[in-house]
Amino acid sequence: MTGLLKTFLVFVAFLITFGFVVAYDTTETSAIGAPGVAMQITESTTRLEDKLEDNEVPPPLPPARPGGALAAEEYENVHVLGHLSTAQFTRLMTAITLWVAPEQGCAYCHNTNNLASDELYTKRVSRRMLQMTQHINENWGQHVAQTGVTCYTCHRGQPVPEYVWFDAERGPDQMIGNREFQNVANPDVGLSSMPANAFETFLDGEVANIRVQSDHPLPTGNRRSIKQTEWTYGLMMHFSQSLGVNCTYCHNSRSWGDWEQSPEQRGTAWYGIRMVRDINQGYLQSIAGTLPEGRLGPHGDVPKANCMTCHQGAYKPLLGHSMLEDYPSLAAYVEQPVIEDEPEEETTPEDEMGEMDGDFEAEAEDEPDVEPEAETAVRPTMAPAPTMAATPTMAPTMAATMAPTMAAAPTMEAAADGE
Amino acid sequence: MAQYYNIFTQIQVEGPAHEPPPIEDAHNRVGKPRTSKLIGWFGNPQIGPLYLGKLGLASLVCGFIAIEIIGLNMWASVGWDPIEFVRQLPWLALEPPPPSAGLSIPSLDQGGWWLMAGFFLTASIILWWWRTYRRARALKMGTHVAWAFAAAIWLYLVLGFIRPLLMGSWGEAVPFGIFPHLDWTAAFSIRYGNLFYNPFHALSIVFLYGSTLLFAMHGATVLALAHLGGEREISQVVDRGTAAERSALFWRWTMGFNATFESIHRWAWWFAVLTPLTGGIGILLTGTAVDNWYQWAVKHDFAPSYEEAYPVVEDPLEDPQLPTFADPDWEYAGGVQPTGENLGLPPEEGDDLEDAIDEQAFQGVDPEAVDGDAEVPEGTESAEPEPEAAEPEAPEASAMEARPSPMAAVPTPMEAAPTMAATSPMAAEASNEGANSPMTGDDQ
Repeated sequence: MTGLLKTFLVFVAFLITFGFVVAYDTTETSAIGAPGVAMQITESTTRLEDKLEDNEVPPPLPPARPGGALAAEEYENVHVLGHLSTAQFTRLMTAITLWVAPEQGCAYCHNTNNLASDELYTKRVSRRMLQMTQHINENWGQHVAQTGVTCYTCHRGQPVPEYVWFDAERGPDQMIGNREFQNVANPDVGLSSMPANAFETFLDGEVANIRVQSDHPLPTGNRRSIKQTEWTYGLMMHFSQSLGVNCTYCHNSRSWGDWEQSPEQRGTAWYGIRMVRDINQGYLQSIAGTLPEGRLGPHGDVPKANCMTCHQGAYKPLLGHSMLEDYPSLAAYVEQPVIEDEPEEETTPEDEMGEMDGDFEAEAEDEPDVEPEAETAVRPTMAPAPTMAATPTMAPTMAATMAPTMAAAPTMEAAADGE
Repeated sequence: MAQYYNIFTQIQVEGPAHEPPPIEDAHNRVGKPRTSKLIGWFGNPQIGPLYLGKLGLASLVCGFIAIEIIGLNMWASVGWDPIEFVRQLPWLALEPPPPSAGLSIPSLDQGGWWLMAGFFLTASIILWWWRTYRRARALKMGTHVAWAFAAAIWLYLVLGFIRPLLMGSWGEAVPFGIFPHLDWTAAFSIRYGNLFYNPFHALSIVFLYGSTLLFAMHGATVLALAHLGGEREISQVVDRGTAAERSALFWRWTMGFNATFESIHRWAWWFAVLTPLTGGIGILLTGTAVDNWYQWAVKHDFAPSYEEAYPVVEDPLEDPQLPTFADPDWEYAGGVQPTGENLGLPPEEGDDLEDAIDEQAFQGVDPEAVDGDAEVPEGTESAEPEPEAAEPEAPEASAMEARPSPMAAVPTPMEAAPTMAATSPMAAEASNEGANSPMTGDDQ
């Protein structure tokens, strides 16, 4: 009896010991700080291999042949890419199809009988997303640097990017069992039980700062609570998951809030938070009235971006490969050429939506020098043009349904209360 | 003899049930004595009779109520799904009231259940403590066990009752839940600048690890002396036999000093008791007397500074290089024309340190309000609405009142905002722009 028991126990001990050894992923650690302070980047080797597969970049399309008429001249209802030659324009359209709707093809966004028509919501959304891409590349260099983003950074061959977020679930709204956005295993916060509703504030709301710690040793009126800290901790878990990095990638864990001890990546992330807030509020909220109900979240909110949308588990999206070099027309907004002899009474009744912002002229000149598409060197020099009014069928409904959702949450509540 | 070297007890004595010494109120004992071979491997094979008594019964009832409240809330939080309840159990919790509720008695769904569960759990623990004291007295024992238990209760009360009282908010207390209470612990350390630099935390760890070391040393010593009568520890205190002599010699040889068969138990008892005692002091000082332990350690010169081997950045908030968010095609989608003001850092930035996070930001979006948003009658908004007109203040306020925020900051008896604004680099900018903040205005 005891002999059997001993044998069994030894066997169990053996299993436990070697089970752990086998089950543990091999990790590689590289120290970045002074010796012995545990400032190190930990990375799983198998995850690195997976990342290589997940982040393969589609080969660039061959450069467009030089010359030719402008897209704005040849096509109707072109508002963002009218300065490209038709060859460049077609090349980019082909690329976008491969990036976003490879299975659905052109008809995903276009009425194939009338390519200029805005009747499909997907086309209207695409236009807004093109503007967003240009805006990010042009204005958010502190986060995307020269690498920039393209449609593929988020879409990866899918019409809707795999990683988007909707407003979090509060949990049961009843007398018992109120969990307040937390206390279930939530992938948005790294499967922790931390609150999962920090996105609404930090990535979509009014400007708010994460910092909960005091700068002073003694109490000086900092009333941030432990719950607030958990709440921002949940957001940090999202960062960690999205980038596949540990805390010390951006922080010195002895003093989280201390910038003087934080690796420079923390600064990049700081601008990243503001960039995501900008694109959520400025672009994704703006398509709220355009998206059909099936694309909205459980609370009727638009799909929104967070770190995971682009990074998808890699410390740099696509492991830092820049696709922008091959598609420089996505690098910045270029003022659209005015095509004077175009009648267009039907599609552009008049500029009822207001004039273009004149401040933009100066920025339009900062263009990348090397670009395959630029061989024709079409550079619009015309004055800001009032060509971008909505189509008549869209304008009234969109203006009415979208405007209230443009601003942040309080405005939404206001609109609802007003009913 | 060799059996003593095994990890399980090899010798099980079976005979007539062990009768206790004559004591008062022994009639409260319940159950007939029986023996178990399995239990015998780990301890005395005899189970029962058990002394329950009024205190024990009251304690069990209170404990049952507390566990029920916690468990049913957890179950309700997954929509009464039994499979989810089991699957998510480590993540589930009963949360204390929102910090904004202060020390008031909130509604049941806003932490009222937590207060109730805390009351019954505390009652259960204290009744059980009283029971350990009373039973020890009844057996004419010392009350060492009760006072050691009291040390643990001290830490429990500091975490869940005394410190929240001092901080003015139940929201500072620990949630009931497996992972959530660990998350709370991590967040507690982060919020208060790293407990690593809290000297009482350090002391508590010394005693905790010391306890395990002493336990291992003492257990090993006694087992190693078992064949020489070493298990008769207390009798060897006054009548030192060869077991005591050999153990003393062993430790004197190996580390130059030895405890005695009596004092080793005092060492162990004090180490164990001092673990929660010092830990409780450390928790009690956190947030009440010290707000950032790392900064406190820097102030008192015991946090070393290192030459950073990696590039660091300035706080971007000091000089944010944010783009102006002008977007020429904004009107196309029919929205508010953005300017640097409504998309960049707002002029209220200084206030935001307190206000945006503490009130609005931690609010969460009211699902009902968002749902209702989809159908706005046509023509209510012009093509270019005024940005100001789109942000009425009143509905926001009423929405907040409707549901007290769980995430809002601890309400402060002292006005926190002026101090924060003064220390914030953004305060100067804010007060330049916004006259809507009396606090930053006063600072100027």
